[in-house]
Amino acid sequence: MQQTKQRLLTGNKALAEAIRLEMERDPNVFVMGEDVGVYGGIFGATEGLFQKFGPERVIDTPISETAFIGAAIGAAAEGMRPIVELMFVDFFGVCMDQIYNHMAKIPYMSGGRVKLPMVLMTAVGGGYSDAAQHSQTLYATFAHLPGMKVVAPSTPYDLKGMMISAIRDDNPVVFMFHKTLQGLGWMDQLDASIGHVPEEAYTVPLGKANIVREGTDITIVGIQMTVHQALEAAKRLEQQGIQAEVIDLRSLVPLDKETIIQSVKKTHRLLVVDEDYLSYGMTAEIAAIAAEHCLYDLEAPVKRIAVPDVPIPYSRPLEQFVLPNADKIFREAIQLVNE
Amino acid sequence: MAISKDHLLWMYETMYKIRCYEDKMAEAYAEGKSPVFNIGAGPVPGEMHLATGQEPAAAGMCVHLKKEDTVTAPHRPHHHAIAKGVDLNRMTAEIFGKATGLGKGKGGHMHLFDPDVKFSCGGIVGAGIPHALGAALAAKKRGTDWVAVAFIGEGAANQGAFHESLNMAALWKLPFIVVIENNQYGISVPKTASTAVLSNDVRAAAYGIKGYYVKDNDPIDMYNVSKEAVERARTGQGPSIIEIETYRYLGHFQGDPEVYRDKNEVTLLRQKDPIIRLRNYLLNECGVTEETIAQLENKATSEVDQAYAFARESDYPKPEEALEDVFV
Repeated sequence: MQQTKQRLLTGNKALAEAIRLEMERDPNVFVMGEDVGVYGGIFGATEGLFQKFGPERVIDTPISETAFIGAAIGAAAEGMRPIVELMFVDFFGVCMDQIYNHMAKIPYMSGGRVKLPMVLMTAVGGGYSDAAQHSQTLYATFAHLPGMKVVAPSTPYDLKGMMISAIRDDNPVVFMFHKTLQGLGWMDQLDASIGHVPEEAYTVPLGKANIVREGTDITIVGIQMTVHQALEAAKRLEQQGIQAEVIDLRSLVPLDKETIIQSVKKTHRLLVVDEDYLSYGMTAEIAAIAAEHCLYDLEAPVKRIAVPDVPIPYSRPLEQFVLPNADKIFREAIQLVNE
Repeated sequence: MAISKDHLLWMYETMYKIRCYEDKMAEAYAEGKSPVFNIGAGPVPGEMHLATGQEPAAAGMCVHLKKEDTVTAPHRPHHHAIAKGVDLNRMTAEIFGKATGLGKGKGGHMHLFDPDVKFSCGGIVGAGIPHALGAALAAKKRGTDWVAVAFIGEGAANQGAFHESLNMAALWKLPFIVVIENNQYGISVPKTASTAVLSNDVRAAAYGIKGYYVKDNDPIDMYNVSKEAVERARTGQGPSIIEIETYRYLGHFQGDPEVYRDKNEVTLLRQKDPIIRLRNYLLNECGVTEETIAQLENKATSEVDQAYAFARESDYPKPEEALEDVFV
């Protein structure tokens, strides 16, 4: 067997590389945000870009999210392709008007005559005791509001390929990266945060889910961290003779319904896992799709695991209690298969 | 302006206590984080923003405040909390994530709430400013002489909430003070790269209110300026902005690589430490003895030690308590 040497990158380096390649290709691409310059982004998404492109194209902003996200809208309307970083998704509160009343609606209200080819890049996720205002994912909050694509890749390969797609997309894209999947030295070290990334530019389509593990007995749907937890649970389920199929949604808007439906038709059981809040969220959306399109294929009620409708607590035992993990997925899956 | 010696002694004790508290917190935070630094590990996980070096702002303002006055603080809140008289045991327990904490372990270091002394803080830049505005509005509506103070960093002065709140405070002549601690950096971005004016006190002109500037982290000047601003607020003369030039000796958060500043910068700053300056002032200008100073220092140290012992000895909340307190 021929051995091929694979180039491995962390999530943050894959993201920064995607942005670098697009900045080299297209002079309209530039980056704005807090600490994206010399610091390289608090979660490393712009590492090395300031050194390469300088302050004209990698712009540190004041702590003025309404103004700099609004400015990205204005620049995008002029045909530029800004990438703006909202440091933590939790900070959306101060600038949501620009995001959902303007970025998400101007293309529609203009009858498609105004395009906003911008990327709103933001860090999501908890699990390291950063408490209620710095640990949310808020996937559904953004995905609920029409007019923006919302993507949340789980691997370095997809981070790069989907970022390139996002930059080239003529629509506003909310690009969420998970802090603990960035592969940063000062957070939990996960194997999942490092992976093969080709050197050249390539795209991964927005709106296409990925079956990351094939199985026949149960479908487990997740996104970002919960995909990796589901994969861990699936290994243990296999030891129990249960073959789990794991789907990485990758993209919330557009949502790849077909992949979910086909999988449920095959496995007849569905477990949805989300690091976001339970009610009115992604798990409910996927369950509704199953109910609408493949209810009679189900042999048991749909199960959901998500944050049980409380803000993310600070104290470790409290936070671990509310977040999904492989154990919870394993237990629920066993129950579901035995139902 | 007449300076009360008792006030200065209180300030010294408070600043010393803050310094002890933050030094001890830096040690506690480092526990379980070596040889590999992991932000989520150890007895104090998560982000940790310490105020070492920024003591004059909190002490020089809060010496003029009473229990009924409101203080809101940002993500770097320990010095304000201590100066406002927040229960030190319960505050420390909260930071250790314990059930005896101010928020039963739900809030953590950036989210400390002590309604007994009307103190709160939060993790979103500038968000506390309108909360203080509301407290000032309530004070005026109720006909009290209470004031509300929002402590913020210089970065927050570029948030809409800052300008919106000051306009309303000026319009309604509220007992409202914004203290801007200019510690020179918004995380990595120096003030000169984020703010179009040299100092934020000049922005007071935009709202027709008083603006004060305190140079070089000076505790005495902070005391004087705050005294005037608080008196003006209490007597219905309206809001003020105070900007103090201050310094954070540590990173934005513990673990900050600080690639954006020269390593010698802090060494130089520590040479003009405000606690030492105030100590010398008390000894040389106020006739205070070394013995008195030592007594204050011992008192502060033992209070801090006791708070940390209380926090460490307390129990963690039960995991399922995570589901409580969403609604009251």
